[in-house]
Amino acid sequence: MFYRENGQFKTTYRADQQIFPIAQDRVVIGLLLAFAFFIVPLLASDYLFRAILIPFLIMSLAALGVNILVGYCGQISLGSGAFLAVGAYGAYNFFVRIPGMPLIPALILGGLCATLFGILFGLPSLRVKGLYLAVATLAAQFFSDWMFLRIKWLTNDSPSGSVSVSDLQVFGLPVDSAPSKYWLCLGVLVVMALLAKNLVRGAIGREWMAIRDMDVAAAVIGIRPMYAKLSAFAVSSFIIGVAGGLWAFIYLGAWEPAAFSVDISFRLLFMVIIGGLGSIMGSFFGAAFIVVLPIFLNQFLPQIAGLVGLEISTAGTAHAELMIFGALIVWFLIVEPHGLAKLWSTGKQKLRLWPFPH
Amino acid sequence: MKLSKLVIAAAALAAGLMTLATSVQAQAKEQFFPLLSYRTGPYAPNGVPWANGKQDYIKMINARDGGINGVKITFEECETGYATDRGVECYERLKSRPGVTLIDPQSTGITFALTEKAPADKMPLITLGYGLSVAQDGTAFKWNFPLMGSYWTGADILIQYLGKKEGGLDKLKGKKIALVYHDSPFGKEPIPLLQERAKMHGFELQLLPVTAPGVEQKATWLQVRQSKPDYVLLWGWGVMNSTALKEAQATGYPREKMYGVWWAGAEPDVKDVGEGAKGYNALALNTSGQQPKVIQDILKYVHAKGQGTGPKDEVGSVLYTRGVIIQMLGIEAVRRAQERFGKGKVMTGEQVRWGLENLALDQKRLDALGFAGIMRPLSTSCADHMGSTWARIQTWDGKKWNFSSDFMEADEQIIKPMVKAGAEKYLGDKKMTRRTPADCQS
Repeated sequence: MFYRENGQFKTTYRADQQIFPIAQDRVVIGLLLAFAFFIVPLLASDYLFRAILIPFLIMSLAALGVNILVGYCGQISLGSGAFLAVGAYGAYNFFVRIPGMPLIPALILGGLCATLFGILFGLPSLRVKGLYLAVATLAAQFFSDWMFLRIKWLTNDSPSGSVSVSDLQVFGLPVDSAPSKYWLCLGVLVVMALLAKNLVRGAIGREWMAIRDMDVAAAVIGIRPMYAKLSAFAVSSFIIGVAGGLWAFIYLGAWEPAAFSVDISFRLLFMVIIGGLGSIMGSFFGAAFIVVLPIFLNQFLPQIAGLVGLEISTAGTAHAELMIFGALIVWFLIVEPHGLAKLWSTGKQKLRLWPFPH
Repeated sequence: MKLSKLVIAAAALAAGLMTLATSVQAQAKEQFFPLLSYRTGPYAPNGVPWANGKQDYIKMINARDGGINGVKITFEECETGYATDRGVECYERLKSRPGVTLIDPQSTGITFALTEKAPADKMPLITLGYGLSVAQDGTAFKWNFPLMGSYWTGADILIQYLGKKEGGLDKLKGKKIALVYHDSPFGKEPIPLLQERAKMHGFELQLLPVTAPGVEQKATWLQVRQSKPDYVLLWGWGVMNSTALKEAQATGYPREKMYGVWWAGAEPDVKDVGEGAKGYNALALNTSGQQPKVIQDILKYVHAKGQGTGPKDEVGSVLYTRGVIIQMLGIEAVRRAQERFGKGKVMTGEQVRWGLENLALDQKRLDALGFAGIMRPLSTSCADHMGSTWARIQTWDGKKWNFSSDFMEADEQIIKPMVKAGAEKYLGDKKMTRRTPADCQS
């Protein structure tokens, strides 16, 4: 009723297979991108940029990577924090050791380091499945924790083990103001999301999904499990690695291995599960939920309490934040086990065939 | 789920964000102190008294003096949970409030991240007894103030004390000293200094990392039992300290030979272990107890009116007192800045930075502030952002901390060149230059 595709005839296969086959979708996405690129920098405050938008964009990118592995290829991974760390430290080493190394190639090289690392720790996936694989990928996490704490060379012999970067530039333009950092993250995210979307629509994405749905059947119809699984690990860890580089370089500026602890692996997995497994869109919803909601609750709860004349302490807020956050996760998973992305598509269906979609 | 519910939820969220955006405005002519703290998580037992001390001192100054020369002090707490990313979020949230003064990150990890951000935002960072050791060099680190000591000065004092105990630093030759440390920048900072000292005096330094947060230390203490070091230096924080003491008790390592940093020498570290921690030593930057005048004032003006932040009997504990000192130094920096930039005015971060750099708290001033006996005099300069490197040793007798040494000063001969070299390396990596003498005047 609100938006219909009546009269939009597809006359070529190309038109039928595009990412957004409905004209309204294309318009909305175009407007959204224009809004994100041009209007948001005019409206957002420094705080909104640095504390909410930039971490949201970077975590969306990381969740996108995790979604390829977990959502599309069905390989549960708890090693995402390690891939982030390898990407960050890889980019760092290229950045400080090679004089005049530009930022973007450093990030890409960091991503490639993560790719190699991901393939290495993806090897167990050829033999073990499901929860056992989750445990095997946890090894990646512990290995990276150990590696970046103990191997001094990787942290440029910094005595405290903490490293930092500064003087970031892209094409000669300094990346120090909040909007410039935002643009960089948004640009990387858009390019990566487009690549990821096209990959999962293509032959390789179909192989991943076939492996996810039933690997024996996939093998029978001629899909090589090794190639499919390892390529999913490679692509996923590349994206996560680039996200790790951005998280370290753009968001934190100075970091230690604890910034990529197992905690962040779990958070990324939750993002993907809550956002929607096997959905590019879901990665964004999940990241928004996990990144923004705690910060929002943290600031909103004291105000809500203030409205009814109560004063809650900082500790009270922190505890309430965790409780409400946990309750919301449970609630969302009960009402919509397929994640926020499914809610979104149900909503879209309802708009197309009001009020009863099939 | 119904779509309508989702729409309502989204609308509520948006409305919430709007109110949030508007409530930040208003409030002028008030000096605002952002207070980063952690009242949850594995470091909460130590973070809570620290945060309470800071808050109570602000409340006391407002109640007793009506602020700083008439400028009211406001504050807002932000929970970091000791996590770097949450700390950065808190910093970004609070840094642009009107009248914002300075930040005490309460965590070495957050300090490292903020050190990169503070110069651009013109925000002074106070890191009393923690943070970046090389930041003592104010000509390289314009915005960092590791007042009263860093991990390097702490480690240096410990080695000096051990030398004295053995009857001379040369007697340390051939001894074995183990460093049991929190495996993070916090725990690793003292290592370069200890290595330097080990080279000088010929003792063997054994490094035993403990994975954060430090609840699992069995393997570490097994190593201690195997290698039987002559002394163990404990570089722990939060739950790691009490666990270490329990493990030492279990493995039978004498507590008398254990020496903690000043972050491993407070009541929460030893209380649970009680008698088992008897004989354990730690560095002390400040006294504890409710006798000092400033603590009495806090009890009188804040707790007696029922406005205290924490429980009354915890007022005056080691970390509480340290929080009070940190807050006092921040407020005195504002007062010092007001002397130059205008009394009764709200100071900007830049002006407070000047105040921090020109702090001169002699004994007379400390007595007037009610800090007699709590700490030693302190005076900072452009070149020295630390102000004082004195500390002493305290020993736990099963019930309370007793001082067991006089105040000792870190050896400048060793620390100065290390700080200089470290600062040079930092500046070189960042392609920055030192501040000019003219910049020091401003």
